[in-house]
Amino acid sequence: MAEPTSVAAATALQTHHEVSQFLFQQSNLLDGKQWQAWIDLFADDGLYWMPPGPEYTTWDGVPSIFIEDRDLMSVRMKRVTHPNAWSQQAEWGTSHVVSNVIVEGTDPASGDLLVRSRFHLLEVRRDDVRHFAGTYQHRLRRVDGALKIVLQRVDMVNGQAAFEYVLQIWV
Amino acid sequence: MPSQPLLDVRSLVEPDRVHRRAYSDPEIFDLEIKHIFEKTWIYAGHETQVPNPGDYWQFQIGRQPMVMVRGNGDAVHVLYNRCPHRGVQVCGSRHGSGGDALTCPYHAWRFHYDGSLESVPLEKGYRETRFDRANPDFHMKRAARVQRYRGFVFASLDPKGPDLVEWLGDARMAFDDICDRSPVGRVEVVPNCFRVVQRSNWKFFMENQLDAVHPSVTHMSTGYAAADVERKLKRETGSQPLHYHYLSAFATSFDQWDQLETAGYPYGHTLLGGYMGLRPTDADTLEHERVLAAAYGEAKKDEILGRNIHHVLIYPSISVQSPLQQLRAIRPISHDRTMSEIWHFRLVGAPEAIYRRSLWYYNLVNSPSTMINADDLENWQRGQFGLNSDGGDWVSFHRDYGRDRDANGELHSTNGCSELPMRAQFRAWLKYLTETE
Ligand code: FES
Ligand SMILES: [Fe+2]
Repeated sequence: MAEPTSVAAATALQTHHEVSQFLFQQSNLLDGKQWQAWIDLFADDGLYWMPPGPEYTTWDGVPSIFIEDRDLMSVRMKRVTHPNAWSQQAEWGTSHVVSNVIVEGTDPASGDLLVRSRFHLLEVRRDDVRHFAGTYQHRLRRVDGALKIVLQRVDMVNGQAAFEYVLQIWV
Repeated sequence: MPSQPLLDVRSLVEPDRVHRRAYSDPEIFDLEIKHIFEKTWIYAGHETQVPNPGDYWQFQIGRQPMVMVRGNGDAVHVLYNRCPHRGVQVCGSRHGSGGDALTCPYHAWRFHYDGSLESVPLEKGYRETRFDRANPDFHMKRAARVQRYRGFVFASLDPKGPDLVEWLGDARMAFDDICDRSPVGRVEVVPNCFRVVQRSNWKFFMENQLDAVHPSVTHMSTGYAAADVERKLKRETGSQPLHYHYLSAFATSFDQWDQLETAGYPYGHTLLGGYMGLRPTDADTLEHERVLAAAYGEAKKDEILGRNIHHVLIYPSISVQSPLQQLRAIRPISHDRTMSEIWHFRLVGAPEAIYRRSLWYYNLVNSPSTMINADDLENWQRGQFGLNSDGGDWVSFHRDYGRDRDANGELHSTNGCSELPMRAQFRAWLKYLTETE
C-alpha cells in the first residue's frame, strides 16, 4: 500500500485531472462540430486569440490571425452553418490530440488557473490533408463550480508559413 | 516549347469573351511571366518595410527571387537574391537585416546594399584572372529599374518602357488616396505580412476584386451571420461596432452594388468606385476630419474624404483598398496556383481610432481566419476546376458590354455591376502579350 498522499498533492492531482478533461472536451467539441457547446465553454468576457507569432504579448492594437469574443464566435458559427456557406460544401473533418498538460499556477490577482498544453490537429478537406500543431495557453476561471475559458491563446508552430487556403474554424 | 502561342494568343481574347486557355494553359502562363510579370512594373513593397540601412525583405518578380534592400540614406535597391560567385541565395530569411554588408553564407563574398562588391576573401587568388571587382558580373544583379511613388516601391526587370508615374496614370489615385488621409501625407506599413495560397489562376484574384455582382452571392453566409449578431448588439447595447458593418455590408443588394461605377485605365489598371459608409459622423471620424482640416484646409479635406474609391487594382500585381489602408500583392506560382501577400498600413499622424478600423478589416476580412475570402478562394478554385475542363471553351464578360464609354483610352462604365474591369484587363493583357519586340 502506498503512503497516503498529502492533501496538497491530492488537490494538485485533482486539478490536473479536471483541467486535462476540460481541454480534451474542448477539442472534442471542435472535432464534433458542436459549435454552440464549444462557445459556451468561454466565460462571458472570454476571448479566443491566435497571434501572428510567438513574440506577440497582446492583441490590443496589433494584428491577429484570430481575435474573437463570444459575439464574433457567434458570427463565425452562424456563417459556417448557413446553407449558402459555399466553402462548407466541401466535406471536411478534424482530429485534435491534446497533450503535455501543465498547470502552471494560479494568477494571484484573479485566481484564474494558468494552463499550458500542446495540440496536434489533422484536417481533411476534400482530398487534402493539413497539419497544424502548437501550444495552447489557457486562462481558466471557475464560474458556479465549472471551469470557463477567459483566454485561449493558440500559437501554431506553422502559423508563420504560407497558408494553403485559410482557417474557417477555430484550431 | 512550341513557338506558335504568340500568334495564337490573339485568338483567345474577344472584346466580350475570353478563351479558357488564358487560365488553364501552362504555356500561356509562361508567356505571362515573360511578357507581363518580368517586364512591367511589379510591386516590391513599401519603403517602411526596410527602415534602416541593410534591412531587406524578399519577394518575387515573375519567377525571379528578388530582395528589396534599404541603402544608405533614402535609397531603396532591388536585387536578384543570388551571389555572383556560385549562385547561392544571399539573404536567407524572408526579411531581416544584412548588417554592414550583405554577406554570402557560402564563401563570404560581401556586397554593398546596392549589390556592388565590397570584398572577397583571398582576393589575391584572383590576380591575373578575368575577375574584376568593377565588372557587374561580380555584383549582385540589380533590377533594371526601381521607382517609388509616395513610398510604394516598384521594380521592373525591363530597362525600357514608361516611367512608373506615367504607367500608373490615373490609377495612382490609389496611393494619393491612402497617403492623403494622413495629415502629413504618409503611411507606414504595419510589419506583418499574412500569406495565403490561392488554388487558382492569378487573374481570378484580379477580376474578383472589381466584381460587384459576386459579394452578395459569394459572401451571403457571412453577410447574414454578421447582420444577425449586429442586430442583437444594437438591441442589447443600443449601438453596433463599425467592424460588424464590414462583414454585413457584403450582403448589400445587387441594386446597391450596381450604383457604383467602374473604370479601366491603360496598362490594365482598374477602379471600382464606391463608398462603404466609412464617413460616419462619430467622434473618431470627426476628430480625423479636424486633423485633416488643420493640415490641408477645409476644401482640400473635403476633396480627400469625398473621393469615390472602393478598390483600385494596379495590374498585374496589387489590389489597394485605400479607404481602409489595405494592400494585397499577388505572386503567381503556376497557372493554377497564386501566392497572396496581405498588408495594411497606418496613417501617420491620424487618430489611433482610425488605425483600429483598418486593423479590424485586416483581422476579419484579410487574415488567414477570414470569414470573407474563405468563400472567394473556394469559388476561384472551383472556377479553375471548371476552366481546366472541356465543358466549354469561353468565359463570358458580356454584362453591359457595348455600353462602356471610351475617353482617350480610359474606359468608364455606366454602373457598378458592369464587367468592364475584366474587359479592360484583357485588353491590356493582349497588348502586353502581343507587343513583344
Ligand atoms: S557562392 Fe557566394 S561566396 Fe561563394
Ligand atoms: Fe469576395
